[in-house]
Amino acid sequence: MRYAMAVDTKKCVGCSDCVVACQTENNVPIGYCREWVTEVTDGTYPQLEMEIRSERCNHCENAPCVRCCPTGASHIAEGGIVLVTRNKCIGCGACIASCPYDARYPHPDGYVDKCTFCEHRIKNGQKPACAAVCPTKCIYFGDLDDPNSDVSVVLKKRKVKTLIPEAGTNPQLYFLI
Amino acid sequence: MKEEIIVSGRMNPFVDPHLNIWHWQIPLYLFLGGLAAGILFFAALYFLNGKEKEYPAAVRLAPFITPFLLAIGLVALFIDLRHKMYFWQLYTNIKLQSPMSWGAWTLMVITPVSFIWCALHIRDLFPSWNWKFNRIKDLELFFSRNKKTIAWIMLIYSVILGIYTGILLSAFNARPLWNTSILGPLFLTSGLSAGAATILILSKSAVEKKLFARIDLILIGIELFLIIHMFMGFLASTQVQIDAANLFLGGPYTMSFWIFVVIMGMVLPAVLEIMELRKFHIPSFLPALLVLFGSVMLRFIFVYAGQVSRWLY
Repeated sequence: MRYAMAVDTKKCVGCSDCVVACQTENNVPIGYCREWVTEVTDGTYPQLEMEIRSERCNHCENAPCVRCCPTGASHIAEGGIVLVTRNKCIGCGACIASCPYDARYPHPDGYVDKCTFCEHRIKNGQKPACAAVCPTKCIYFGDLDDPNSDVSVVLKKRKVKTLIPEAGTNPQLYFLI
Repeated sequence: MKEEIIVSGRMNPFVDPHLNIWHWQIPLYLFLGGLAAGILFFAALYFLNGKEKEYPAAVRLAPFITPFLLAIGLVALFIDLRHKMYFWQLYTNIKLQSPMSWGAWTLMVITPVSFIWCALHIRDLFPSWNWKFNRIKDLELFFSRNKKTIAWIMLIYSVILGIYTGILLSAFNARPLWNTSILGPLFLTSGLSAGAATILILSKSAVEKKLFARIDLILIGIELFLIIHMFMGFLASTQVQIDAANLFLGGPYTMSFWIFVVIMGMVLPAVLEIMELRKFHIPSFLPALLVLFGSVMLRFIFVYAGQVSRWLY
């Protein structure tokens, strides 16, 4: 099993519904976020192009945060989900410094927190909160080993990119372009 | 003009607008650890060479401050932890891929060894010292019989400690400024240089002072070579590393790095030490203090500037 997520940058309108759903679902402390929307405008005026991305932890296959964690609190769980065991985390910040996507943050309670792909929901067969709530249905989630999962199907059909693959992390958050 | 504007909705404390997770505790610890490593290295080296009588400050006197350096460093590290009550998890796990785990275990070895080394030389400071309890006396006898083994452990672990302070940072590929393997040797050399400088301050013998002034000069030379090498490597690398190097080559850290670290911490003490060796009257603590200052600044500037360097936005 290999969970992955794909975000359709052509369908995303940047409404931040996913951000709020995540904060509510996971009780994220106020002022923090596990996922966020990024708007990229590039080109030469007036020929501009805009890309909107819903971003979060990339659940990397070669995760630097897991590698540098001195206690094993950061680990790769079943399905390739990168998780933090709270009562093993010492809050040293090494994983936060090691993430090229800056997807982690120090929780006010001391441990390090991050996107879990809503592990508690997918166990029950539900989608992650962000994917479930998206009004344009631009977030696809599923198992890459299952050729009929939402994410496998859409990744086959569309042109895809990942963020900074040159960082060598083998990210599993895809963007449809 | 072709431009790219990125607007991110993320504003996590300590992470945005740029990483700000490590503060004074980490560079302070990196300095104290490096300095302790330098002092213990020279103590073990000259003990094993049988030069204990010739270089008393290096072998006997200077190591007395290392337990304090390591203890303060450990306290700084503890203050840095955000989930403090779980710190013991460091010592119930061994993670070979994590430099921080290596560091925790290295400290676990070298801190007691530094205490033992001081205990073996305590009569140099307090001639009438008495351990009172027979158990401790037996223990002292056991350690003094195995002093050579202890010195070897100290020699090897001081190198690991010194080099690890750099590797701790260089293992983070997410921060292009840190992500260079030169940082290990650079921090080790800087730690050894700081150690030599401390011995220079404490020494009362002219022979010893001359030796450590020479050692310090060589180490400063190596440091300058490594720094030039580091910039050559950065500028020949990818865009993110070119950007990282530019933090020091015209960017916000240019003045502090070149003035405090390179000129005040390396070039000036080197010139003063050369003058001293050429029999000019220069108080020997002056270049040594400058070396220590440069060593502190090197770590502070690297830890802070590294957190500004990034891949994405």
